[in-house]
Amino acid sequence: MNEPRPLLILKQLSKTYGDNRVLDSFDLTIFDGEFFTLLGPSGCGKTTVLRMIAGLEDADVGEILLAGQDIARMPAEKRPVNTVFQSYALFPHMTVFDNVAFGLKMSKVPKEEIKPRVMEALEMVRLGDFAQRKPNQLSGGQQQRVAIARAVVNRPKLLLLDESLSALDYKLRQQMQVELKRLQRKLGITFVYVTHDQEEALSMSDRVVVMYKGKVQQLGTPREIYEQPANLFVAKFIGEINQLDGEIVAIDGNHEYEVKVEGMQWTLHAEHNFKVGDRVNVLLRPEDLRVEYLEDVQTSQTLVGKIVERNYKGKTLDSIIRLPSGAELITSEFFDEDDPSFDYSLNQSVAVKWVPGWEVVLPYEAAH
Amino acid sequence: MIRTFRFGFLALILFFIYLPIGVLVVNSFNDSRYGTSWQGFTLKWYERLLANESLMTAATHSLTIAVVAATVATIIGTLGAVALYRYQFRGKAALSSMVFISMLTPDIVMAISLLIIFIAIGIELGFISLLLAHITFCLPFVIIAVYSRLRGFDVKMLEAARDLGASESRIFWKIILPLAVPAVASGWLLSFTLSLDDVIVSAFVTGPGYEILPLKVYSMVRVGVSPEVNAISTLLLVVSLVLVIISQLLLREER
Repeated sequence: MNEPRPLLILKQLSKTYGDNRVLDSFDLTIFDGEFFTLLGPSGCGKTTVLRMIAGLEDADVGEILLAGQDIARMPAEKRPVNTVFQSYALFPHMTVFDNVAFGLKMSKVPKEEIKPRVMEALEMVRLGDFAQRKPNQLSGGQQQRVAIARAVVNRPKLLLLDESLSALDYKLRQQMQVELKRLQRKLGITFVYVTHDQEEALSMSDRVVVMYKGKVQQLGTPREIYEQPANLFVAKFIGEINQLDGEIVAIDGNHEYEVKVEGMQWTLHAEHNFKVGDRVNVLLRPEDLRVEYLEDVQTSQTLVGKIVERNYKGKTLDSIIRLPSGAELITSEFFDEDDPSFDYSLNQSVAVKWVPGWEVVLPYEAAH
Repeated sequence: MIRTFRFGFLALILFFIYLPIGVLVVNSFNDSRYGTSWQGFTLKWYERLLANESLMTAATHSLTIAVVAATVATIIGTLGAVALYRYQFRGKAALSSMVFISMLTPDIVMAISLLIIFIAIGIELGFISLLLAHITFCLPFVIIAVYSRLRGFDVKMLEAARDLGASESRIFWKIILPLAVPAVASGWLLSFTLSLDDVIVSAFVTGPGYEILPLKVYSMVRVGVSPEVNAISTLLLVVSLVLVIISQLLLREER
């Protein structure tokens, strides 16, 4: 594997609409050939970033370097990037073929080259037989693929995808996720994907940036973001997570701390540096928690609570457990071959455990 | 019971609306000077019509005005509609509602205001004043026809075109215009008909040197309804009807 080569560098991008600062000194580096995702809730500025890269919106200040060249002031039609829009935005009066050929015609590609390139792009998205159809004769998923073909046929340095799958239904979306990822690997084009769907972001991306209020919250691989969220916002935005209050009572050194949680003292691992007396949030993923029947528990060093809700989810049994402090934990347990029919009754007292080290300890923040 | 009543009511309305027109059309083929009774089928009123030189001149004038006014109104109106669709600007909402209002302005108000302005800036009443007046009252119809069609298309499409390398003028010629064509044609036809049978505005802004058909017919009627008037009215009716139908079909197509 070669050293990753930066392809796109965003420097200090800012944008304000009226009083609303949508983007605040935003820095980002995207590497050549990666599948990069901008993830965040609506209004976090992710789409603005994408539109600035495309040239459909101007930054108030800042630089956009594409392969070393500042394109921030270059008009959209001159930039070597292409976009797949959320609404597909196909040209309704043109056939699928003409839609895909549009970009090539605009850049004056020789006529004899257009046809093979268009057909190649259509074959790639498995729409070779649909070249002469009009967009309104295609299903949503097919239109989506035309939009992708129309963009990639121009061989852009960067392909921008704006919530491109969100208009599709669940099944189709899952299928397109796999297809997009495969396409990206095949083409070797850098994909910049914008979404508010964390599952989509985790499953497709090489790297993800989580944005909130125009700022970067965390940048990393899907695994880093899921397993080591940098702050409470990221932890809660990506997947479900349980949050318990705690206090540092002693430092064992080497990122190990004695933490008081739910009236008990625990030895926990934390990436952050804390002082004795610091308040912390202890975060636990529902699937990292193990629920045990009280009679099976040998140690007293365990959380004990009452089942207040149990939901059969097919693959998992999801329960809500209320602790004596009033805090509630969500757990999600897979059925396994040892005990394929386990279940709890409401109000049953159970013990909750987790694998030491799988907890995330962050500085205390008031809930978002 | 209720069904028969509903049907009968509707039939009655249509009867009221179409009876006079029907009488007029029938009489234009009636071989009788006064049209009080049916004397047999004839085309002689149509023949006389064609032989009537002053009437034919007026018809030529009317057609000239209608073609030029419709064409100019269509060009300006289409560009206006494209601007409303394509660009975001201050006062856009006010502008588009003003277009509607001008369409609903009573003819008489428009007629008087145009007359005043022509006199004020010293435009001689005749061809030019008629043409300007007709362009003015046709314009909102074109804008609304074209704008409402364009509004049905995703604006993101234009961003997609830019993103694929199309310049502003390419976007207009390759994307916006082809999509607008049915509405543009329909706007032209509508303008043509509006211009061809306008009486009120024309009566105010015309001059003695340039007589147009509706006004000519009007002056002929003053001395009694002649069968030629029936014939020319029937022709106007047919032309208007055909054009309106075509324009409606153009808009309905591919929806």
